[in-house]
Amino acid sequence: MDEDMHDISVVVNGTRYQRRVEARMLLSDFIRHELRLAGTHVGCEHGVCGACTIHMDGLPVRSCLLFAVQANSRQLTTVEGLAPAPDKLHPLQQAMHAHHGLQCGYCTPGILMTMSVFLNEHPAPTEADVREALSGNLCRCTGYQHIVDAVLAAAKLRSAAP
Amino acid sequence: MTTRAFGAPIPRNEDARLLTGQALFVDDVELPDMLHAALLRSPLAHAHIERIDVSAARARKGVIAVYTADDIGALWRPGPLLVPPPPIDGITFNLRTHAPLAKGKVRYVGEPIAIVIAESRYIAEDALADIIVDMTPLPPVVDLEQALAKGAALVHDDLGNNIAAHVRQTKGDYATAAAKADHIIRRRFHYDHGMSSPIETRGVVAQWDARAHHLTVWDTTQAPVFVRNGLAAQLGLSERNVRVIAPFVGGGFGPKIMMFYPEEILVPWASMTLNRPVKWIEDRLEHFVATTHERGQIHDAEIALSKDGKILGVKDVFLHDSGAYDPYGLTVPINSQCTLLGPYVIPHYDSTFTAVFTCKPIVTPYRGAGRQHGVFVIERLLDFAAHELGIDRAEIRRRNLIPADAFPYDNKIIYQDFAPLEYDSGNYEPVLDKALAAIGYQDFIATEQPRLRAQGRHVGVAVCCYVEGTGIGPYEGAKVQVQANGKVSVATGIGTQGQGHFTSFAQIIADQVGVPVTDVEVVTGDTDQFYWGAGTFASRGAVVAGNAINEAGKAVRLKILKLAAEHFECAEEDLVLANGEVSIAGVPGNAVKLGDLAMRANPMRGAVKPGTEPGLESTQYFGPPKGATANGVHAMMVEVDPDTLLLNILKYVVVHDCGTVINPLILAGQIHGGVAQGIGNAFYEQLVFDDQGQLLTATLADYLLPSSLDVPRMELDHTVTPSPLNPMGIKGAGEAGAIPVGPLFAQAIEDALGLSKKNVELREIPLSPSRLWELIAVGDAK
Repeated sequence: MDEDMHDISVVVNGTRYQRRVEARMLLSDFIRHELRLAGTHVGCEHGVCGACTIHMDGLPVRSCLLFAVQANSRQLTTVEGLAPAPDKLHPLQQAMHAHHGLQCGYCTPGILMTMSVFLNEHPAPTEADVREALSGNLCRCTGYQHIVDAVLAAAKLRSAAP
Repeated sequence: MTTRAFGAPIPRNEDARLLTGQALFVDDVELPDMLHAALLRSPLAHAHIERIDVSAARARKGVIAVYTADDIGALWRPGPLLVPPPPIDGITFNLRTHAPLAKGKVRYVGEPIAIVIAESRYIAEDALADIIVDMTPLPPVVDLEQALAKGAALVHDDLGNNIAAHVRQTKGDYATAAAKADHIIRRRFHYDHGMSSPIETRGVVAQWDARAHHLTVWDTTQAPVFVRNGLAAQLGLSERNVRVIAPFVGGGFGPKIMMFYPEEILVPWASMTLNRPVKWIEDRLEHFVATTHERGQIHDAEIALSKDGKILGVKDVFLHDSGAYDPYGLTVPINSQCTLLGPYVIPHYDSTFTAVFTCKPIVTPYRGAGRQHGVFVIERLLDFAAHELGIDRAEIRRRNLIPADAFPYDNKIIYQDFAPLEYDSGNYEPVLDKALAAIGYQDFIATEQPRLRAQGRHVGVAVCCYVEGTGIGPYEGAKVQVQANGKVSVATGIGTQGQGHFTSFAQIIADQVGVPVTDVEVVTGDTDQFYWGAGTFASRGAVVAGNAINEAGKAVRLKILKLAAEHFECAEEDLVLANGEVSIAGVPGNAVKLGDLAMRANPMRGAVKPGTEPGLESTQYFGPPKGATANGVHAMMVEVDPDTLLLNILKYVVVHDCGTVINPLILAGQIHGGVAQGIGNAFYEQLVFDDQGQLLTATLADYLLPSSLDVPRMELDHTVTPSPLNPMGIKGAGEAGAIPVGPLFAQAIEDALGLSKKNVELREIPLSPSRLWELIAVGDAK
């Protein structure tokens, strides 16, 4: 039957969780419904839309294309862990707010998680760089222009801050 | 002196929650002992159901219940007609609505046959594979014209044909006008509008509390009040015993207003039956067939012109794909019929459509809601007319624009809101001028295009006009209340799917009540917070709910001033209401906070004077007599790679007029997003059905939503012609961006590739590189 259970241990946003999960449980379902970190959204469950993007050991991954067991012994960050402090937003979060980079907000967590890593690797991107990096995350509301503006502004915010 | 919040590009109040993962979406609702639903959907487009065996599914460990049409008792009945057809003489409308589960026959791939309720979604989906359904396939009804042919299979056997509706509307006398015309241009057009594809699919969570006799439903709906009323009626409850919450909803664009989706009624019913919470979340593959589409029409249209390019009349006969059922009435084809008239003087008009039942998912409005189809027809006819008459494309449009002194302009036919199609206000020519200047139209045609052509580059320009009937009734309402903590709450019945209501509505109240925008707490989409309303659709939220909020704000302002005048023992005219407090003009040190006044308005002791109401609150409603007509012009410059036929949009301009603007930042976002969806419709997204009615593009890898590489940077400008139909002068803007993009693409690509010289006309949407290649190959072969 479906009793193929595994013990896993993951660190999410700095907190260690130990859980017993079915082999087939998607990492996205595990994060959302087992750990109750519902900020990670699921849009397509086939790896196209990017809404479920999280960081695994510092790199963006699509949590709908991974099983929870594959996250065993890994460090994960979700959108709930992106801000440096409860009262302080990540520069990308600040810029998304200032530039109206979100409307319904459903794709936003995935975009934040994809583009925050991009900004680490590309501290001074061009608009073309940003559009290329963003192209794996679908947004149906914004037409992307304000998101692109926000990412470019976040790069400036980051370089201005020590 | 405080600055006005209304009209300012203020970042949004709702962002913080959305940016940090704290906003509640339907799938985020977690309840103790919650069960999970999955639906078995028809794999065939048209078939008799001979037998359903759910015994193995019921026996599976973790399965709580399996229901077919025979198991749901009185719940099985065809659903309500949501939008009745407008009162048009001679109209035929054949109502056939869907039931929660198919009985005896299925009519489209994806139609629900059974629902499984289990301890987890994983188990529920396992159990779907245990269900055995014996089906006898019937010939599928897929093609619109074949559906009307003699001997075609019948989607609804009792009807005797596949006609869902037949409507003719006329203005003037087209035949007489055509007899006097110098030119008559006839063409056939195909326009397919795909589906809205919000990134959040649909979902429903229901919790029945047997002791309280109360049902709570979290639903990704655009119309929570109507869902509450309908659920109460269908489940035998009083409306007070049902609370529907549309929390944060991840995009809607139309299809989330459809009701009742089968899951919307089955999940609450299952929760009541099993006395446990039940959740159903649509997956993306389901979404492609279980959520409504907009899809296509075929138009046979002709335009009669004088030799100087003046439109004498238009005749249009079209077929509209209804899908398998027509619960949403005729909104989409009526919009096509009406919006074809555009911003132009068309003295004579004769339009007839036949809505056709097919074995495909139900068609309901998707952003633009049929307007695209009509706009495509008139804009393309004008392009072909310009070519035939040797008149510039922009010039032929200018010659036919309704002049500024002709408003209100009566088109003498009936619109989707049952009111005459009368444009309330407008000033169209400056909008065209601004768009032409911004795109550099004259210079491009005179010098730039020849220069680029000489370099072997294929760059074209296009310009298209449109109007949009927005902000229709019936009404919305709002309750505004000053809280004891000094914040002001605003509750309204419409749902929100990203339009920025938490901010634009707050801006209205901030000015009326004199508080910072961030101190206004807006609640939308919770039927326990506001009882009445219609919903978020037809670009009406800002117009209709916005004006109700404004009226409630005015009433609260008066109450505040009255109470404060008593407090200060001064005249109301001497008071200043700003920054969350009331003071006497010229005496800044002596102020009373709004929260204190609110407490005072609800005293624990002492008499409240007769005729006064406790608290600083007001509930007001607003219902416009008819919709306010917005308008705009899009212009685009595009380079086409002649080998790959891929596009590079070099410039995109939108100039629009939606009356008074509440928040230009939010408005820009609405326009950008609309254009992006228009681009998807024009060149990327296509619902491809095979001849068996199977959807072949049912993943996001096949149905291509435009990415950040496909949507260009846009340049926006606007003019302001306030609507006289509401005190704030607002016209809706939600759909404007999406409407004219199809004909714009067709015109620009034709221009870039010089297709008129090859006798190739682009008379269909969506286009794509491969479809362009086919059309050009056919032209070359001629």
